[in-house]
Amino acid sequence: MAASMTEVLIIGAGPAGLAAARAARRRGASVVVLDSSDQLGGQYWRHLPAERPSAREYTLHHHFRQFQALSRELEQDAGCRILRGAQVWALEQGGCGASAGPGTVHVLLGEPDGANRERLVFRPDRIVLATGAHDRTLPFPGWDLPGVVTGGAAQTLAKGERIVFGDRVVVAGAGPFLLPVAASLAKTGSRVVGVFEAATVPGLARGWLPKPWQLVSAAGKAVELAGYVAGQLRHRIPYSTGHAVIAAHGRDRVEAVTVASVDANWAPVPGTGRRIVADAVCVSHGFTPRLELAIAAGCALGAAGFVTVDGGQQTTVVGVYAAGEITGIGGVDLAMAEGEIAGHAAAGGPAADPSVAAAVRRRRVFASFADRIEAAHGIRPGWPAMLEPNTLVCRCEEVTYGSLCSTADSTASRSLRALKLSTRAGLGICQGRICGRSVEELLQARTGGLGDGSSTDRRPIAAPIRLGELAAGTTAHPDISDISDTSDTSDEAKGTQ
Amino acid sequence: MANDVIVIGAGIIGAACARALALAGVAVTVVDRGTTASGTSAACEGNLLVSDKGPGHELQLAQYASSLWDGTVARLREELGAGFPSLEFDRKGGLVVATTEAGAPPLLDFARLQRGAGVDARVLDTAQALELEPDLTPSHQAAVFYPEDAQVQPAIATDALMASARLHGARLLENTPVTGGIRDPSGALVGVLTSNGPLRASRVLVAAGPWSGEVAALLGVALPVRPRRGELLVTSRMPHRIFHKVYDGDYVGAVGSDDGDLQTSSVVESTAAGTVLVGSSRQQKGFDARLEVEVLGQLAAKALRLFPFLAGASVMRSYGGFRPFMPDHLPLIGEDPRLPGLWHATGHEGAGIGLSLATAELVRDLMLGTPTRIDAAPFQASRASLLPHLAGVAG
Amino acid sequence: MLPAGDDPIRPEVPTPLAITVDGERLEGVAGQSIAGVILASGRLGFRRTSATGRPRGIFCGVGVCFDCLVEVDGARDVRACQRRAVDGAIVVTQHDALPAPPSSEKGATQHAAPQAVPSSEKGVTQHAAPQAVPSSENGGLDD
Repeated sequence: MAASMTEVLIIGAGPAGLAAARAARRRGASVVVLDSSDQLGGQYWRHLPAERPSAREYTLHHHFRQFQALSRELEQDAGCRILRGAQVWALEQGGCGASAGPGTVHVLLGEPDGANRERLVFRPDRIVLATGAHDRTLPFPGWDLPGVVTGGAAQTLAKGERIVFGDRVVVAGAGPFLLPVAASLAKTGSRVVGVFEAATVPGLARGWLPKPWQLVSAAGKAVELAGYVAGQLRHRIPYSTGHAVIAAHGRDRVEAVTVASVDANWAPVPGTGRRIVADAVCVSHGFTPRLELAIAAGCALGAAGFVTVDGGQQTTVVGVYAAGEITGIGGVDLAMAEGEIAGHAAAGGPAADPSVAAAVRRRRVFASFADRIEAAHGIRPGWPAMLEPNTLVCRCEEVTYGSLCSTADSTASRSLRALKLSTRAGLGICQGRICGRSVEELLQARTGGLGDGSSTDRRPIAAPIRLGELAAGTTAHPDISDISDTSDTSDEAKGTQ
Repeated sequence: MANDVIVIGAGIIGAACARALALAGVAVTVVDRGTTASGTSAACEGNLLVSDKGPGHELQLAQYASSLWDGTVARLREELGAGFPSLEFDRKGGLVVATTEAGAPPLLDFARLQRGAGVDARVLDTAQALELEPDLTPSHQAAVFYPEDAQVQPAIATDALMASARLHGARLLENTPVTGGIRDPSGALVGVLTSNGPLRASRVLVAAGPWSGEVAALLGVALPVRPRRGELLVTSRMPHRIFHKVYDGDYVGAVGSDDGDLQTSSVVESTAAGTVLVGSSRQQKGFDARLEVEVLGQLAAKALRLFPFLAGASVMRSYGGFRPFMPDHLPLIGEDPRLPGLWHATGHEGAGIGLSLATAELVRDLMLGTPTRIDAAPFQASRASLLPHLAGVAG
Repeated sequence: MLPAGDDPIRPEVPTPLAITVDGERLEGVAGQSIAGVILASGRLGFRRTSATGRPRGIFCGVGVCFDCLVEVDGARDVRACQRRAVDGAIVVTQHDALPAPPSSEKGATQHAAPQAVPSSEKGVTQHAAPQAVPSSENGGLDD
């Protein structure tokens, strides 16, 4: 490895990370890409494993050819090392001194949640964080019944497993993501009995109508969404705005849901509930960015709770870049534009370079698109009206809304940290990934304002590590060419068109 | 006699002191720059120990505190009702284990000295130790059981003590940082300046844990309290296989050392939630809370020496806090001789949770002039071992 | 799972495999996750929660909710949605009961502490331990 080559470590092999890798390579950097999965593509391109080749798999995805070409290019590039099954579990901030890089990245290499995985340590010149996001699903009565899943789970089951998830499926929540979820379900043969979008028409108009000419430049997006809408019509899936699933019913699995109108604040309108038989429910109210590594690296977050970046996608920590959903929920096009800019900048490319001019333009267009999504579909503060005292708010620790409130009341605590300890909310094995934002909002409301400045997004242990693995030594890899790919799984095209 | 006190710090020491004073009819105002239990009290393990203390004043204070916990927990439950979260108080006992041959004689000597000071320290043979802890490494060299050691959920205990204090009339001002002191013409401290205006009282009690030095400086005196970082690991919930607090015999040495370099010594116990806590480390690195993987690795390795089966346990989170470290290893309790009106209840290093109740009673008795149950002189700022570390009144 | 013959994406013939889940043999295909094999068998819930014993299966599907934990070949806390099924894998569903509440809360007898070993048995010189047994203890070892 030439001493002069900049080493760029990219965490996350979804759209943003892959775009960053290509751009960094084009600038001549030496690149390592880490992903905890055994596949590339992140959530957006979650696809069937190599053991299940299918001639027309591309029909399940958008831009699948583009993804396959990008993956192939990176896999065949000797200057780009891809490590699958690479779980980053800790990131230590860089020390002082000239030789100190932006951080030390600790990795477990092996099968997910394995025992005795190999430990690797990286001290790259630059880090690009492209850790993506996961569904945010608001709690509601019965959401813990088997058969109630997130939109992301529906996509995974459809595109990654080809599982027919339910005979009568309800899709609910908020955001344009509901449409591809419904489409994927329909394409596996599930009957989608309805899509229920919480945003009301005036709310949607607020987001989508102002300056509609801006959408012209996001033409591809419009075509994509039009495709979903057309798909809905073909499959005759009813789409309702201003509606929400406010309860799931069943004994050991979901058997029915109650759907009700919601007002502009997403509070259910009394008397509008109606029961719909369903054996599967997919609910997503937007996305939560996966911030723990950015926080561990010392990156500042903005007021909206995303990683702050400059025009070159550099965070407030020199040498650490961020791209994709962690800088703002904006979808695949924005992620790839940001990824390209981040990879280019991390590899030393100048900001005004013509090679990234197109990406800079695309970033501007799709960022405004992302703003509209938030304006139209963003979570409104009336949602807690759906909750009953025995509704679970923390799934891992089975903390109910009632006990959350009564503990906040009885302790009179205004410390999020202390309330987590006294309620157990957010202290389970998912470490608040599912419930954290909701718990924070509920406690903010109940206490009149939390005052200890702590956050549920901070997770120094970014993924579980076994004590035996932690106690074992680490393997430092200063020369990345020593690393052997543990998986020979190739993401080559599975069959041709 | 004026009967009002400002307590700076709403951690467990401040809350316990506020409660003891309020119960005695003193008008108390607690101020904190954050919220109740927003510092070390919510970032520690909740140890109420006698096992790690050799004969001396701290042990006396710990024995005094130990005698208060059961009754206080019961009284708090009565006052606060069944709706208040459980303090998870559990006199589960502590088992100190020497894992090396070299470690056995010092442990047994230490236990003998402790017994001389009234500690219930019972040497066990291997069979007895394994009966208490079936998954303990069978190749341990010595084991001593301390039935008096106990556990409490420290953040909930702090919340409970504060809630009780407020029930009895104490006032709490959160998010109210102290910015300076108020002096009368004679130079005595008669109140504090805060971000929300001045507060006057005849006494100001600094109970700000590792930040007591900063607070004292704002009031015009130097205090040699320094932060000493500790980290803990928490596993995911698992079947209940660890029944007491279990420590490597190294633990005692680590507590009593001055060394600023990293020291780790294993403490392992289960919690009411079914997780296992693995501690503990000691490092002097200011208030730097950044993760160090090396520290966590040492905690893990030492825990596995005690409980090999834990190799498969998943660590789901780590947390840490800053202990208030005193150069002469004794808490600071009492009036500051340099500045009339200034009082301290701080410097408890890693024992603050347990010692809080006894500290509170000493503070109350010293302030009211009633007899203290134990001699409080060893904890006063004027003690010989501390004098070299105190500078004069500043400004 | 969508049968290969019915699947419009035209999958090639998959390689079969089998795992056992709580002793029951489940068939699947190479590449499926453990969660996929279990779900395809018609089973939606494969874990019971600790406090209330309620069933859980998959929820997020992408490895962040940790609802789908199973024990695989002796290793606990494996996310079934992330781990590929391997032929012959022995999967056990996880249910971790909470520990019993502390004896001080139960109000029952505290776990009794053992007596110290007499010096003659231990072979190490020591002073006799004071028999400071609280009156509530029964002098023997519980549990």
